[in-house]
Amino acid sequence: MINIKLNQNPMPEQEPDVRNHNFLEVAEGYTEEMAINEAMRCLKCRKKPCVGGCPVNIKIPDFIAQIAIGEFEEAYQIISEDSSLPAICGRVCPQENQCQGVCTRCAKGEPVAIGRLERFAADWHAAHYGDEEIPPVESNGHKVAIIGAGPAGLACAGDLVNKGYEVTVFEALHKTGGVLVYGIPQFRLPKEIVAAEVAKLEAKGVKFVTDAVVGRAITVDELMKEEGFESVFIGTGAGLPSFMNIPGENLIGVCSANEYLTRINLMKAYLPEYDTPIMHGDRIAVVGGGNVAMDAARCAKRMGAKEVYVIYRRSMEELPARAEEVHHAIEEGCIFKLLHNPVQILGDEDGNVRAIECVQMELGEPDASGRRRPIPIEGSNFEVPVDMVIMSIGTKLNTLILDTTDQLEANKRGGIGTDDGAATNRDGIFAGGDAVTGAATVIKAMGAGKVAAASMDDYLSK
Amino acid sequence: MFKVVKRRQLNDNMFWLVIEAPLVARKAKPGQFVILITDEYGERIPLTMAGHDSEAGTIDLIFAAVGRTTMLMSQLQEGEYLMDVVGPLGKPTEMDGLKKVCVVGGGTGNALAYPLACGMHDHGVEVDMICGYKSKDLVILEDEFRAGVDNLYMMTDDGTYGEKGFTTDKLKELIESGKEYDEIVAVGPPMMMKFTCKMAQDYGIHSIASLTAKFVCVDGPEFDGSLVDWDDLIKRSNYYKDQEAEDRAHVCRLTGGVRYND
Repeated sequence: MINIKLNQNPMPEQEPDVRNHNFLEVAEGYTEEMAINEAMRCLKCRKKPCVGGCPVNIKIPDFIAQIAIGEFEEAYQIISEDSSLPAICGRVCPQENQCQGVCTRCAKGEPVAIGRLERFAADWHAAHYGDEEIPPVESNGHKVAIIGAGPAGLACAGDLVNKGYEVTVFEALHKTGGVLVYGIPQFRLPKEIVAAEVAKLEAKGVKFVTDAVVGRAITVDELMKEEGFESVFIGTGAGLPSFMNIPGENLIGVCSANEYLTRINLMKAYLPEYDTPIMHGDRIAVVGGGNVAMDAARCAKRMGAKEVYVIYRRSMEELPARAEEVHHAIEEGCIFKLLHNPVQILGDEDGNVRAIECVQMELGEPDASGRRRPIPIEGSNFEVPVDMVIMSIGTKLNTLILDTTDQLEANKRGGIGTDDGAATNRDGIFAGGDAVTGAATVIKAMGAGKVAAASMDDYLSK
Repeated sequence: MFKVVKRRQLNDNMFWLVIEAPLVARKAKPGQFVILITDEYGERIPLTMAGHDSEAGTIDLIFAAVGRTTMLMSQLQEGEYLMDVVGPLGKPTEMDGLKKVCVVGGGTGNALAYPLACGMHDHGVEVDMICGYKSKDLVILEDEFRAGVDNLYMMTDDGTYGEKGFTTDKLKELIESGKEYDEIVAVGPPMMMKFTCKMAQDYGIHSIASLTAKFVCVDGPEFDGSLVDWDDLIKRSNYYKDQEAEDRAHVCRLTGGVRYND
């Protein structure tokens, strides 16, 4: 039976004015009834565009059909055949541009809430089978190293350990999870979920070495020549923040979203028992329109800022953040200053931020990215009084691994060069995720990690 | 977990810890730093290594117990642990091609100047070391410096030890007396580094400043002294001071210095 309702089952959420004062998860998850009801909205159409829209081609109609008949564990198992991190992707994937964006139901009404159903299946599994003991996988005698314990590395590790490889993951930070722990806030992705995924991998036999900066403490070449790793996957992400290079970026009260979010998420500056110092502001400008900007703005609100402005140079239509995050940010009281571009940050005599000067923009012809190019309107400059500015205009690649690995070649974007199978120019060395593409999404990184795992298996089976 | 294998108190509030960190020690070079975390609730702080022993797998950390983290570190005894130590980070000190260098250390900055000066000396560079302290009771590492550099000049602001005066007074005297340095290295409070680098510039000598403040991870921790905006840096380095002073009072008041763990 098909549920013909045009709208999705709404996600139960904390009230905006409550949640913008806490770090608890905003979306509380579907109940079993809601999940079944939503699953019945799937038309079981023959073309299954959703599967093609998913970067890792999860068999979406199949798992949804299982939810519709109350077989939740079966649904989880179907998702797990293609995705290593369903509880995470269900929460952070930009579904509107992927599976849901191409759902047949979009022709009239809202698409099936695939992301919410994925999350439901994963959470249901964790609640009912999360404590199940996972037996270690028997070793096939091959040693592989993975650099970076973020989404790409974790996905790669998961697939390789399942095939019997002895996997060691090297992580530069003191905690595993990469952007999932240092970037995405607790209220969007509880860290316990990431920790549970890592614990599962550990139970299977994956070794994690934290505090290990590959490239400094030990090089990729040393891992292969001296430490006996037969193949290496590089999934080091893109963690170096960019700035606008406008006057005033050195003022006290200016920081990168990367630093701000790391202090809050990884170093738990929002909890009083932690020592992590953090800048506080009453009126904060966040510059940028991506997911990271939304995270920074919503964190700023939760850290006690009275007014938070999101300054973005194009219009709402071009705003790259995930739709749900924008919606949540607006609900929580963040003020969007669209078609605005900062020209300088102004300080007082002590060097503290006192305002940000913006110019108004209008949209011209589409540029190389296909988005309409913003053009400044001359003479439209004005000041927005703020005491803190968070720059969130993207991140660059850290070239440490490229610089320290013998003859490893870069691609045009400055990332690590790979072929479609994630192989670099060096025999046995593979790479994927943001380290190759530049800043992208969790699911794409995860997909790249899985492609690499398959290629590494081929390489080592020869 | 990273074990404290040796602890030494250098003066009232300066400490020397030898930490077991084999992955860091195997490649460490003078001038590089580590990031450490004391325990689950600790912040990440950068600290320049004062030395290392690749064979023993240990690194040396010399620090003043002035902030919350360094105060907690000062309480660690031999056999206890730091939760995390990551490194080596930053670019090693450039030494190639140098013949004669003057290293100027101010106060606790001498702890950072120590591995640098001795490292250069070991590399075959002739090293004059000027150590500046406020007064006699703050003097540290005199024997270590004496053993590790070519000439050591001890200065105190109040004249209670060595010669009376600032490090810049001695630096000027040495340059005026005809010493020809290829480079002057300043390690100490921002104000002292500012004046040292300015003096170097006045005499047309290349200068290096070791900045342990922010944004050092990628390019630092050492910068061309003539390119640093000192006033900006001094302002910025004051930013977390208020918060730290508050924290410090907090640690002392609540726990007598030892963090309460339940």
